[in-house]
Parts: sequence; structure tokens; C-alpha cells
Amino acid sequence: MELTGKQNIWKDYQKEIANDKYFYVRSCVRQNFFPGSETTFLRILKDELHKDIYEHPCHTTCTGIAYHGDVVPFDTAMTVIARQFALMTEAGYENLVPSCVTSFGLYSEVLETWHHFPEVLARVREHLRKATGREFNIPKNVAHASDVIFKFRNEIVQKAKYKLINTATGKPLKVVEHIGCHYSKMFPAKGVGGAEFPYVLIGMVEEWGGEVIDYPERRHCCGFGFRQYLVQANRGYSIGCSHKKFESMEPYEPDMIITNCPGCPMFLDKWQYAISELTGKTYGKNGQGIPVFTYEEVAGLVLGYDPWDIGLQVHQVSCEPILDKMGIKYDPATKYLGKNGKYLGVPEKPLVLKD
Amino acid sequence: MNKSVIVIGGGIAGMEASAYLSAMGFNVTLFEKDEKLGGHLLNWERLFPTKRLGSEVLTFLKKGMDEKINVHTKTNITKINAENGKYFVTNHNDEIFEADALLITTGYDLFDARRKEEYGYGIYDNVITSAELETMFLSGKPIVNKQGKVPKRIGFVHCVGSRDRKVGNVYCSKVCCVTAVKQATEIREHLPDCETYCFYMDLRMYGAKFEELYNEAQEKYGVTFIRGRLSEANETIDGSLLVKVEDTLVGRPLKMTVDLLVLMVGFEPSKGTKDIAKILNLNTNSNGFIEVADEHTLTNVTNLKGVFVAGTTTSPRTITNTINDARAAAAEIACYLNLYTIQSRNN
Amino acid sequence: MADFGYIIQEDRQINYDANDRTLFYFLKRVEPSISLCIGCGTCSATCTAGQFTQFDLHKIMLYVRRGEKVHIANEIKKCMLCGKCSLACPKGINTRNIIFQTRKFLHSNK
Ligand SMILES: Cc1cc2nc3c(=O)[nH]c(=O)nc-3n(C[C@H](O)[C@H](O)[C@H](O)COP(=O)(O)OP(=O)(O)OC[C@H]3O[C@@H](n4cnc5c(N)ncnc54)[C@H](O)[C@@H]3O)c2cc1C
Ligand code: SF4
Ligand code: SF4
Ligand code: SF4
Repeated sequence: MELTGKQNIWKDYQKEIANDKYFYVRSCVRQNFFPGSETTFLRILKDELHKDIYEHPCHTTCTGIAYHGDVVPFDTAMTVIARQFALMTEAGYENLVPSCVTSFGLYSEVLETWHHFPEVLARVREHLRKATGREFNIPKNVAHASDVIFKFRNEIVQKAKYKLINTATGKPLKVVEHIGCHYSKMFPAKGVGGAEFPYVLIGMVEEWGGEVIDYPERRHCCGFGFRQYLVQANRGYSIGCSHKKFESMEPYEPDMIITNCPGCPMFLDKWQYAISELTGKTYGKNGQGIPVFTYEEVAGLVLGYDPWDIGLQVHQVSCEPILDKMGIKYDPATKYLGKNGKYLGVPEKPLVLKD
Repeated sequence: MNKSVIVIGGGIAGMEASAYLSAMGFNVTLFEKDEKLGGHLLNWERLFPTKRLGSEVLTFLKKGMDEKINVHTKTNITKINAENGKYFVTNHNDEIFEADALLITTGYDLFDARRKEEYGYGIYDNVITSAELETMFLSGKPIVNKQGKVPKRIGFVHCVGSRDRKVGNVYCSKVCCVTAVKQATEIREHLPDCETYCFYMDLRMYGAKFEELYNEAQEKYGVTFIRGRLSEANETIDGSLLVKVEDTLVGRPLKMTVDLLVLMVGFEPSKGTKDIAKILNLNTNSNGFIEVADEHTLTNVTNLKGVFVAGTTTSPRTITNTINDARAAAAEIACYLNLYTIQSRNN
Repeated sequence: MADFGYIIQEDRQINYDANDRTLFYFLKRVEPSISLCIGCGTCSATCTAGQFTQFDLHKIMLYVRRGEKVHIANEIKKCMLCGKCSLACPKGINTRNIIFQTRKFLHSNK
């Protein structure tokens, strides 16, 4: 594989990412899926990078899941999004940073729609005015939260306590990167590196010492879909997608998976359990799985944050193999202690998948 | 004094038109930017539909180039001025050449396959272009992949950079279907144990003996044709490529690995064609090739009086059609310079 | 194994690398005209069986080439051997013999 070929593509897809003064909008599912990720993002931006990042207490879902699940029509989605913009305008911010890849995709879709159909924008302004009396400006810059971490990947490595390196062998960890479909498949120009060879996560992994694996089913969707997962009878093909990916990455013996979307880490993590229960098969060493992380979690680990502070205890596939490989010190006894030492309870052990 | 013609571009069209114009008694000056005359033909080993050697055609073209023709190779044109029905062409040494008519035969460039990112050309080791396969054939060396292995299976992807709105080329490049069929059969001759697959959208076998070549590919050479356009190619752990395609005649997606993937790159107006069009203010068509005055009747005439075109400067075409077009352009120019009354039809 | 109310669905891609194409190689030997098929569908348009069942000869020809054996075995019995397909085929393929030979092959390779 010729790296320079990829680098040439990456050069073609560079996007502007604001440097400071961010208006942060949360994902509606990530706080359940990976509860430490967003707080870790805010901690990195505020404490490490000293950026001004603001969350409005009144902001809501972008409706992305409902929109993609055919529950909310586009006009409603646009008006809800217009309200987010109104909150941003009122707070005096211009740079929008969505936490969720589907939000990012939907914000991009809405902004593109308004760009090409100004009459739709006028209609949405009217809707919002009637419903809430609010006005809004269009954001100057929209960057997904992973874009922001990408932008500061070098600043992060300057402060790194650990690298994505196997301390026992000195070799880089082998990392599978998985990009949420809505990050750039709809609008390749809006993603760092484009859609076929997205660079946003590769940039982080390489900067932090790891080595990226390019495997045949890399570009395949994790299988979340929306209604596909939500309806139980359809889950067979949702899990089929992840299964296809695991089978394809297996020969490369990846140490970990890094993702930038709410759904992907959830499914790549939890389906490993389901696959192991359904087929008896696991994809890591010694009956273990392949640990799956969000990019904020990986950044947090690199910066030396306590693994339990960043929420790694709620992962299905145990993170300990990676902690051990990176030489991260952690206290097994505090794994299931939540904030202020509150005992969270220990999850039941799976039958097949090993810790 | 004899009237004079400057021909810009010494590929097939430029050579053959120069030969005819000189034979008709005009003073011909031919400018070629490269070292050698012949254009793309220099890179093709065997030619469809007959598989005769490309060098034989080149020899034929050279024989037509008499010593009266002023050939200037390694020459770039920097300026062209028109005055009183004459053209003044300046080269990179600031020498000025005068002519009564210009013929533009600056041809085509190959589509840059990197623009079809999903196929990973320039990234994956064993994705090559049809032109690179010709270079392999020409070299006479054994056909091996990047890892030095003799391929067991080769895929040919049709329409790379053609019939593709997304890359901005809506047109068909016309020669790549038959080139794929030709190359697939040649592979079978070189490597009888290597399976060959053509992934096509339509097989455009329009020329004389093209369909016969296709039949032969199926019957004699066992080439497999799969109708469907690859959505992507991905490198596997051993350097082979996993391709994804809809087998549209079956109505199901299909995946297979191939050891070598050959992209049938299409035609684009050459940089030289675009440069000359800009210098002269020649009209170009929606595909970026030089616009002809009438698609049926004035295929060598441009929007400028005294400036003519031939060959792939106006659209993709085969060697056969390029040679015919060059001769037609020579006739058109002769009518123009000799003021034959038939010329009046053009107005 | 656990029952979650769903199974891991197999993809419906034709897995060309994994498929067994011995039937095709057999047919190529005994009825070489099979190579000439261009998938035009004339045979299917005229086919007696195809008018009344899902049987589709031009697809069968492709399934043979791709090594999708299960499908062929399920379908091939529907042919009435009337021979209209051979009459109609512009490539002169002996389709009727292909069906004969396929049945023979499937029978002896049970
Ligand atoms: C892979 C492949 C295989 C092919 N195989 C066959 C085949 O087997 N049979 C067949 O019939 N056809 C074949 N073709 C088509 C064939 O290559 C063309 O028909 C033919 O080359 C067209 O000749 P041309 O003179 O119009 O253009 P070109 O070959 O492009 O020649 C143009 C010439 O102009 C020169 N030039 C460009 N700009 C300038 C400038 N500004 N100043 C001076 N000089 C300039 C160039 O250097 C070049 O020498 C094939 C094409 C491809 C892509
Ligand atoms: S000749 Fe064939 S491969 Fe080339 S552009 Fe036309 S249809 Fe596509
Ligand atoms: S022989 Fe069989 S396949 Fe052919 S037309 Fe008759 S029924 Fe159809
Ligand atoms: S009519 Fe002949 S060529 Fe056409 S699909 Fe049927 S068998 Fe193939």
C-alpha cells in the first residue's frame, strides 16, 4: 500500500476547523452509550487546550435519530436545528461543534439545503419565529468534535502521558479506525480526508503513536442504521454488518478499534458480545474481544486520565488489555465506583467473551 | 509561393495530416512538444481489433512524412497571433513561424485514475491502468504483480473516468471496451492459467471486427464478462484486491478477489488541447474538447477561419477514425487554401 | 447458544472466491457454446416454463457461471425441454443440451 497516495487525497480534503469559541451540542445517545466521552472532550478543551467552549442548557436533540427513523419530517428537523442556531446566536457564538456524527451530517444536510434553496431557509425562519419568536444566524464554522480533536492532536501529544505503543514490545498498537457514515459519506468535502480515505481518526492515531490497519471492509457501515437496529426482527442484518467487518479485520489482529460516531462504538462493542453468544466466536486474543473506544476516550488515555473517570468500565469488551499494553496504571478495585465513589454494581459475566 | 500550414501536435492525426498536406504541395511545419512523434501510439504494444503491432502503424505514418515537412520536436507554443488571414506562431525560443492555416492535433490525455478514489489507484499496490498494462506488454517482461507474483486472476474495470457525471465526464471514451477485451485475451495468451474478468456497464463493440473480438474472447479465451460497475476496491492482507460489484444481470451483489485490477482509463482533452484552445480562443464543447462547426458536416472546422482540427482533439476515437479524420482535415484545409468553390458550403 | 430473537444474517453477495464452479467447467467441456451467452434474455422471453414459474434460463446460465449451485438445483427441473430457447438464442447456444447436461451432472454428483 502506498501511503503517499493517501496523503495526496488527504491534501484534497482539508477543511476549515475553528480555532476557539465553540458552541457545543451534545449527542442524545452518547451519554448512555459512552458516558465519559463528552465530559472528557470538554475537559480536554477547557483544561488542556484552554478553549472557550459553551453548552447552552436549553439545547435539545437535533432529531437526527427520529429523522433517520422516519418519525420526524425534514421540516421539523430543520426548525429544531434552527432553534439550536438561535441559542448559539443569542449566546454570541459562531462555531458549532456537534458531538454526534449523525447530528453533524444532519446539520450539514440542512445547511446545504438552505444554501441551494434559500426559500426553504426563509420558510424555516418563519416557522421558528412563529413557534418561539427566535431569530438566528447561520454558523460560520461547523466542525464535528472529532475534527476539533484532530486539529489539536499535536497539542495533545505534547502533553501525552502514554502513547499508542505496546510498552512490552515497543511496537505501535495496531488500530482499526471506523468513521461514522454520516461524517463524510453524504458530503465528502465536509470531512477531513474525504469519504473513501477519511483522515480524521488516522491523524490522531498516527500522531499518538499507533499504526492504522486498512482492511477490506473498512468502508462498510457498522450496521446501526436506525430503524434497522431499533426493530428487533431487523437486528439480524444490523449485526450482520458488524460481523462482516470483524471477519474482515480479524487476520490483521488489531489491538483496538477507534471510532468517531455514537452508534459505531456502541455496536462494534456490544455486537462482539452478541456474536460470541450466538456463534461462540471472539475476535481478540484468548477469547477476549477487540476493545472499542471513542476518540475522546483514546485522547483521555493518552493524556493520562483515569480510565474509570472517562467511563471505560461501561464498555462490553474489557479495556484492560489495552491499558496493560500501553502501560497505563489503573486500580481494578475502583473500576465499578462511579462519581464520588458511588458503587455502580458489577455487570454479569458473559458466557463466552472473556475479560 | 506555396501556401503554408502549421500543424500543432505530432500524434497520429498530426503526422497523417502533415503527410497528406505535404503530398498536396503545401509547406508544412509540425510542432510536437515531446521528443518523438507518435503520441499515445508509442505506448501501445498491439492494437485492437487485429492485434497487429502498434509499431507497424507508426512505421506507416513515418513513411508518409517526407523530408519537406519541417518537424520541430520538443517545442512548446507560447503565442499565436492572427493578422490579415495569416497566423503567426511563437515557440518557447521566441521564434515566430508564419502560416496560412493551422491544424490543431494536440489530442487527449488519459483520465487521472486517482480521481476515482474508491478504486485506490496510487494507493493499492496492484491497481494499475490500461496504459500501464500496455507498458508491461511492451517491456516484454513477465507479467507479475507488485509482490512479484504471477497473477492468477485479473479484473478489468470499464468506464473509469468516462460516463461518469461525478468526475465531470459524461461521454463514452469509445476505445476502452474493446481495449479491455483485447487486453484480457492477451493476458490469456501470456498467462493461460490466469482468469480474466471484465466489469462493464455496456459493451460498446461498435467498430469493424470488434464484436468478433468479443466473441473470440468468450469462446476461445474464456474471458468472463460481469455487467456491473465496481463500487470499490480494497486491498486485502496479501496485496490482492477485494472488489465489490453488482452482478446486474443476476441481480445480486458479488465480491471476488483479483491479483491485479486494471482500470480502463478514459480520454480527456489534453492539456495541450486546452492550452491551444485558450491561446486561440477556440470554442470548446461541454466535454472540454474543441468544438467543431457542425457535428455532421464540418467536423474539422472550428469557430476560427483558417484553424482546423483533427483526431482526438475533438472527441475520443480509435486510430482508424483518427487517421480518417486527419485525411479529411487535410482535404478540408486544401479546399480552404486553394479557394475551391466547395468551400462556400461551409459559410 | 443464546436466543436474542434474531440471528446473524449472512450477506447476499455472491461470494465468487468461495463458490464451486465445477458444473460450469463441466458444461464448458461438453457444451462449449455455453461460453457465448451474452445475457440477452431471448431464451427467457420465449421459455415455456418461464411463463408459468419463476424459472429464468438466462439467469440459470449466469448462476452456472458464478457457481450458485443451490439455486440451479432448485430451478432446473421446471424446464419442459421443449427446445424453444435453442431456437430463439441469437448466439446459437444449445441451451437444451445445457439443461440436459446440468441435470445429468447434478444427478451424478448428488
Ligand atoms: C489504453 C489505450 C489503448 C489504445 N489502443 C488502441 C488500439 O489498439 N487501436 C486503436 O485504434 N486505438 C487505440 N487507442 C486510441 C488511440 O490511442 C488514439 O486513437 C490515438 O492515439 C489518437 O491520436 P491523436 O493524434 O488524436 O492524439 P494523441 O495520440 O494524443 O497525440 C497528440 C500529440 O500532440 C502532442 N501535443 C499535445 N499538446 C501539444 C502542444 N501544446 N504542442 C505540441 N504538441 C502537443 C502530444 O505530445 C501528442 O504527441 C487506445 C487508447 C488507449 C487509452
Ligand atoms: S468504450 Fe466502454 S469502457 Fe470506454 S467509456 Fe465507453 S462504455 Fe465505458
Ligand atoms: S427447453 Fe426448457 S428452458 Fe428452453 S424454452 Fe423450453 S422450457 Fe424453457
Ligand atoms: S438467448 Fe442465448 S445468448 Fe441470450 S441469454 Fe439466452 S442463452 Fe444467452
